[in-house]
Amino acid sequence: MMNTKKNPEIDMRTRIAWGVVLIVVGLLVLFLFAFSTEAGQVTKFGLNEAKGEAITIPDLLLPTQPTNYVLALILIAFGAFQLARGVKSTSTLVAVLAFSFVMAFLVWAARDKSFSLVGMLSSSVVRATPIALAALCGVISERAGVTNIGIEGTMLFAAQVSVIVGTTTHNLWIALLAAILTGAAVASLHAFLVIKFKVDQIISGTAVNILGAGVTSFVSSRFLEKNIDTLNNSGTLPAFAIPLLSKIPVLGPVLFDNTPIVYLTILLVAVLHVVLFYTPWGLRTRAVGEHPKAADTLGVNVYLMRYINVMIGGMFAGLGGAYFTVGSVGRFDEVMTAGKGFIGLAAMIFGKWTPIGAYTSSLIFGFADSLQVKLQILKVGIPPEFLLMAPYIVTMIVLTGVVGKAVAPAADGQPYEK
Amino acid sequence: MPVLELRGITKTFPGVKANQDIDLTLEKGEIHALLGENGAGKTTLMNILYGLYKPDKGEILINDQKVDIEGPNDAIARGIGMVHQHFMLVPVMTVTENVMLGNETTKSGVLLDREKVTQRIREISDRYGLEVDPNAYIKDLPVGIQQRVEIIKVLYRQADILILDEPTAVLTPQEVDGLFKIIHSLIDSGKSLIFITHKLKEVLHIANRITVLRLGQVVGSAIPGEVDEQKLAEMMVGREVNLVVEKKVAQPKEAVLKVKDLHVNDERGNPAVNGLNLDVHAGEVVGVAGVQGNGQTELVYALTGLLPLKSGTIHLNGKDIHKATPRQIIEQGVAHVPEDRQKHGLVLSFPLLDNMVLCTYYKPPFAKGVNMQDRVIAENGSMLVKQFDVRTPSIFVAASTLSGGNQQKVIVAREFSRPIKLLIASQPTRGLDVGSIEYIHSRIIEKRDEGTAVLVVSSELDEIIALSDRIAVMYRGKIVDILPAGATKEHLGLLMAGVKPEDIPDSAKKKSAGPVEKVF
Repeated sequence: MMNTKKNPEIDMRTRIAWGVVLIVVGLLVLFLFAFSTEAGQVTKFGLNEAKGEAITIPDLLLPTQPTNYVLALILIAFGAFQLARGVKSTSTLVAVLAFSFVMAFLVWAARDKSFSLVGMLSSSVVRATPIALAALCGVISERAGVTNIGIEGTMLFAAQVSVIVGTTTHNLWIALLAAILTGAAVASLHAFLVIKFKVDQIISGTAVNILGAGVTSFVSSRFLEKNIDTLNNSGTLPAFAIPLLSKIPVLGPVLFDNTPIVYLTILLVAVLHVVLFYTPWGLRTRAVGEHPKAADTLGVNVYLMRYINVMIGGMFAGLGGAYFTVGSVGRFDEVMTAGKGFIGLAAMIFGKWTPIGAYTSSLIFGFADSLQVKLQILKVGIPPEFLLMAPYIVTMIVLTGVVGKAVAPAADGQPYEK
Repeated sequence: MPVLELRGITKTFPGVKANQDIDLTLEKGEIHALLGENGAGKTTLMNILYGLYKPDKGEILINDQKVDIEGPNDAIARGIGMVHQHFMLVPVMTVTENVMLGNETTKSGVLLDREKVTQRIREISDRYGLEVDPNAYIKDLPVGIQQRVEIIKVLYRQADILILDEPTAVLTPQEVDGLFKIIHSLIDSGKSLIFITHKLKEVLHIANRITVLRLGQVVGSAIPGEVDEQKLAEMMVGREVNLVVEKKVAQPKEAVLKVKDLHVNDERGNPAVNGLNLDVHAGEVVGVAGVQGNGQTELVYALTGLLPLKSGTIHLNGKDIHKATPRQIIEQGVAHVPEDRQKHGLVLSFPLLDNMVLCTYYKPPFAKGVNMQDRVIAENGSMLVKQFDVRTPSIFVAASTLSGGNQQKVIVAREFSRPIKLLIASQPTRGLDVGSIEYIHSRIIEKRDEGTAVLVVSSELDEIIALSDRIAVMYRGKIVDILPAGATKEHLGLLMAGVKPEDIPDSAKKKSAGPVEKVF
């Protein structure tokens, strides 16, 4: 049981820690960014994609050095206030810290250059999509009490199956369906092992991951590479702009000019939220993940609920797998998911096992990912190897529990014995 | 016509005959108590009735019609409701969500209709005097209220036959009175009740009829006016039992344990012990009474070195032990009979002889340098098994194969056979049969008379009253008051419920006639 009372001593310590962190970051901004720029330099943030928005809004021009000074000041002032009085909500602190630092960094990195902000936000949404789908898979499985760390492997299977089906049938919608069914099939394997045979869930998940990487790599090198045109060239699902909505400045190109998988993901977040918290199915799912015995005594079939939810989760992961192939590049490369399944699990924890939270945190990871790409283009003088680490470093920082401790469903990962 | 009839119910688990040919009838509007020791088969029988187990033989009749109960859904549909001993509530959900789970009301067939269910809960609350806030989260409610939610759950499903499995185990005496009122209002509105318990006083107080089970068989039935506790206890155990712990007046000497201003956080980092002061003297038993979850567990953990202190001091024989490791504390002469004997008291997969030397295996005579002295360890095991009357086929069987009572005896044998100055016993007889309780209590008093300081923590008030020379009442991490041995149950109950010592009415302090008795 969680105690809602807070320990005043721990509160005091975290308060001081946050104040110090804010001030240190403020000083970093001052020394690293503000002092290394010259007066008169200007940073230009592009706010239009050259796709003909209805209204073109002017690009954002920021004087580099003063902007950095202001951001540093905001950070230090906030830190001082935090030390003296304490801000109630941790999320405000995180938001101020993250926004100010990232802004200062961007303004500094793009000094004397032009940088498309809209382009980066739009690619954040796209890059967040597979992470979000992995996270949703985790949310629904773990809400029902089954840990699924095999999402990475599931996505690899689905990615490969969808590209093969897409290339052979020349129908990308069938490819998408194939990916979803593959996801469900792999997840049901996991479900069968952990629910029926009560295999340790971490081991089963790891097995799925190893199996996924091994089998898809084998198939790829043995068959796909030699028959690219007949097996590994599916083409990609076209992006389509939603009429009117896509014409809104900034928001339009970021949200309403995307591929079907991106739209579907946003829709699924909303649907899953409603299902989990406002329907009998969701109530039962959460009960099965928190206290299966209680659900059982009220006539809820614990095993069935777990099977179905894990399989639905697998479908999400399958869709996420399809994103990598038919959703973006149209071919399969070995181990192309590059840890997105694991980052999705981090997003799930960061989002406190809620669909909306999971999606929001996926956006943060997507942002880190797309930032890394843009910075390589801008040539900021940081070795690209370090930039490539950005999303993973963000993952680790998040998992160390920066944003409070998240509480997993009580029966998460535990097999149910009658 | 009985509303419920069980005929010849038999259920066998591997190696155990849990129920043998049990007959039971329940009349309309009756409170039928099912009395028996732990392991007598009461819960198994009720789980069969509730569809959680399938009987090997026998039939169930409801309103004279033979029925098959395949699962909880069947039981619910036939008007049987069960309030489980361990509450079946999801802590992070609201009362409303817990009540409707599995039997949801929806708007337009899709979305949960919380308002409607809340409304129904309010109606049930008003009708039966089950006051509860439907929008409260279970984790924020005290156990007494959680139990009401369980009863509401059953009534929401329109049960006519209610099974209450050990409903008073977790309640304070005042909460028990509240529960009894609720039970009467249920009976008045035509419900019938099966009341499972091992407490004799309650049975005599509330039941219309009593059926006693022993080792899976019905050994007799009785009507409250015609039997007394002694008779019922004998039926339960199958032999004459001594209901009163015989002890001389304590001869307390110097203080062995001195705790000052102790603060301890629980494993989640929330404060559990909040400025606790307590002395325990050689040759006395101090009982810590309190409703579970008021910091007793953390207090014991802090004293035995299992949880770090946040602040405060603990002195043992004048030595500061607030930073000592469990081993250092053991070597200072502290014995610990832990709350959870299977988790913290024994290594279940180890044979008895090894369990007997868990505190001393590294010292002579059990070890010479790095070599274990198998022969000495085995001799020690055989001797203790004999001395402490552990019923086991051999000292080489794993601890997990023994019954709860015998497991506890193994722990007691290990802890009591060392020279000790302080004995800390946490829930020493939880879940044990009457015979074992009798034995362990007499051993504890024996230790006291040898001059050991004894601290007993128990949620069974009767046990605390029977053993203690002084009774410390713990509430929200503090000792709120220390009472002498003769304190009344009512007085203790009010303190346990959080009433301030100065607000206790004098009438509650007065002792009712007769010696303090122990109730099973």
